[in-house]
Amino acid sequence: MSEVVTTALEREALEQRAERSTIGFWLYIMTDCVLFASLFAVYAILHVNTFGGPGPKELFHPGSVLAETLLLLASSYACGLSVLRARNGERFKAIFWLVLTFALGVGFLALELTEFGDLIATGNSFSRSGFLSAFFTLVGTHGAHITIGLIWIAVMVTQLFQKGLTPHTARRLTLFSLFWHFLDVVWIFIFSTVYLMGAA
Amino acid sequence: MSLHELILGRLTWSAIPWGDLMTLGAGAGIFVVLFAVAVFLTVKKRWKWLFKNWLGSLDPKKIGAMYIIVAAVMLIRGLADVLMIRTQQATSVGSAHGIVSADTFQQVFSAHGTIMIFFVGMGVVFGMLNLLVPLQIGSRDVAYPTLNSISFWLFAAGMGLVNLSLLVGEFSAAGWLAYPPLSELQYSPGVGVDYWIWSLQIAGIGSLMGGINFVMTILTMRRKGMTLFKMPIFVWTALTSMGLVVTVFPILTATLLMLSLDRLLGMHFFTSGNGGDPMMYINLIWAWGHPEVYILVLPAFGVFSEIVPVYSQKKLFGYTSMVWAVLGIGLLSFTVWLHHFFTMGSGADVNTFFGIMTGVIAIPTGVKLFNWLFTMVRGRVKFTTPMLWFLGFVVLFTIGGFTGVILSVPAADFELHNSLFLVAHFHNMIISGVLFGFFAGVTYWFPKFTGFKLNERLGTIAWLFWVIGFLTAFMPLYILGFLGATRRLDHYDASLGWQGLFIVAGVGAVMICIGVAVQILQLVVSYLQRDKNRDLTGDPWNGRTLEWSTVSPPPHYNFATLDEVTTRDAFWEAKQQGTALNRHYEDIILPKNSYVGMFIAGFAFMAGFGFIWHIVWMIVLGLLGVVLSVVVRSFNDNTDYVIPAATIKSLEEARA
Repeated sequence: MSEVVTTALEREALEQRAERSTIGFWLYIMTDCVLFASLFAVYAILHVNTFGGPGPKELFHPGSVLAETLLLLASSYACGLSVLRARNGERFKAIFWLVLTFALGVGFLALELTEFGDLIATGNSFSRSGFLSAFFTLVGTHGAHITIGLIWIAVMVTQLFQKGLTPHTARRLTLFSLFWHFLDVVWIFIFSTVYLMGAA
Repeated sequence: MSLHELILGRLTWSAIPWGDLMTLGAGAGIFVVLFAVAVFLTVKKRWKWLFKNWLGSLDPKKIGAMYIIVAAVMLIRGLADVLMIRTQQATSVGSAHGIVSADTFQQVFSAHGTIMIFFVGMGVVFGMLNLLVPLQIGSRDVAYPTLNSISFWLFAAGMGLVNLSLLVGEFSAAGWLAYPPLSELQYSPGVGVDYWIWSLQIAGIGSLMGGINFVMTILTMRRKGMTLFKMPIFVWTALTSMGLVVTVFPILTATLLMLSLDRLLGMHFFTSGNGGDPMMYINLIWAWGHPEVYILVLPAFGVFSEIVPVYSQKKLFGYTSMVWAVLGIGLLSFTVWLHHFFTMGSGADVNTFFGIMTGVIAIPTGVKLFNWLFTMVRGRVKFTTPMLWFLGFVVLFTIGGFTGVILSVPAADFELHNSLFLVAHFHNMIISGVLFGFFAGVTYWFPKFTGFKLNERLGTIAWLFWVIGFLTAFMPLYILGFLGATRRLDHYDASLGWQGLFIVAGVGAVMICIGVAVQILQLVVSYLQRDKNRDLTGDPWNGRTLEWSTVSPPPHYNFATLDEVTTRDAFWEAKQQGTALNRHYEDIILPKNSYVGMFIAGFAFMAGFGFIWHIVWMIVLGLLGVVLSVVVRSFNDNTDYVIPAATIKSLEEARA
């Protein structure tokens, strides 16, 4: 069978599938929310368990975290523009904004890893106390999601070059943008509960 | 790092239990069986058939059958553990020390619980959902067929890891929920707990995906005209159960992640020192674990709600109240988790709240029981095997419900917690709820999927062995619990006078095993006599729901035409009105076979094994493999095929 969508039946099936994947992806995001909620709850309980070591106030520097936040917010903005370009059928502009999303995401991840590296180098690694275990895991799980998102962008860009804007690639781009904005929202929660409330 | 560590991590020759003949024999037995199957497939030249028609199939009927086959094999594994537990407890008295060491005994009961809940219970639930949900909602497929296959294979990979622990290393000795600090590295330095963590993590992620898939299937794939309140009750219970899966399985994923980080990287989530909090684990695991009980039992309630009306030839009593009861149970199941640890210092007020909520959950359950009983009133009841399972369930489940209400009183729980009374209670709920429901469902829907009925007489004999065996096995445990016998006891003093009751319980376990043997015989006999018991109508029981409107076994596209549904019990109504058959055929789109699920699960298995034995290259390769499999699959946009209307027409006319 050829890859070209031919019959009305197949077109209808594709449209239904696109709609179904979007709703299903929302449901997946809800499950990921529960996962993060569990980690947030654990952090809320353990953040006072410093076991004689330093606590949030001594360790966190709101300055570099603000930079991280701005990078991630900017990458979300770029991602949104990419989706808009794709809707207009402007493939290369969509790719451009996706690449920018990628670059900003890498910047975010680099800053986060630097922070982790500094903490570990100063003897405050994840095995130091319950508080640091919870911190590294909560923030690290978000970072792992960002990494998956970066892989997704790489695949997405390849497919846009190779296949162009087909119903399949358009659907995947929509799902990716949902994922990326969701990670932004989670980060806002991390920023406020871990860093801002920690520094207060 | 030495070369050995680089290549094999902590894996050494001594990981294989050379000295322990029983374990070695069991492990070797598994290999012999697998080898025999492989030889059989080679001799019969069936490998290609196996891959093409089964392993790579995205047909939910095939996937469902595979779930059930895995679950059935695991049921036998779990029963083998039971026989060891019962033999040990019946013989390890005073100066005698039974058949296994204390450590092996702990592994056996941990494996028993883990396998029965995750690989039997979840297996039969997802098996039944795959088989029935698409047919009952009048659909040709699930929402995400590839994801469905990935779910199944992750389940299979988790099952593989549990069983591999027999031969390579050891299994967890920390109970089926691995409470810390016992399950932490300090007290369980071996790989047992790691086997537990990774087999559940992999299978659990599969369940989570399955949950998303079935919620979406039910919400978006229903036949035209089937509004929510026209769905069969089984579909309602499936929706509620899968709603619980998507809500609570992420908690399990997070909890297992944290426990594994404690053990792998020396973190301090649940350790007893360095600012860890073991109590937090117990809260988290039960926030998942209590709803899990309802995830298992709700579909069984659904099965009974299908069977009772059909064998009473009457519509279900109180459909709407049934739906609200199911939803009520689903909601309340989030509010009772603390009753699993009343004695762990929450204080009187908190205990009271959770005690009351636990009692309250008995109310919607009671509504369901009365609805089933009122359905039978003035019906033309046929006492077939599924109805016998139902009647066994009613009696036993009610007994279990009563003992549950006793345990829900915190003051009584302080006396009875951690005793054999508790063990008897939850077996009372799960065996009579989940397993009896499954057996009833298998007998009822068997002709739909195979085209022939199961032997009634052998089914009745098996039922008798199960019910009498159950009573013989578990009533003594209630008494022993009152006498003060704790659970997980590998040895006790002769002066306690418990041995007699333990022997009776052992006899009961043997009777249950005979029941299973009769069920296997029932399958064999029914297969041999299949020509005599063939169902040519597609509707052997005068059924009410859409799955009976298609032929037995259903074609891979389930339904040739998708006629609009206007009422509940749509097929029954159509039969009453004598609606003419729709002969207007259209093209049908179905998914092609895919092996991506096998690849993903294979790599996940590899990564899990690497995490267990600290083999870094295996972890990296496994995780990379998972990601690459997904990426490669995403490049394939040509995943469907079309069956032309003309083919459907000729197939349907050949059948008619």
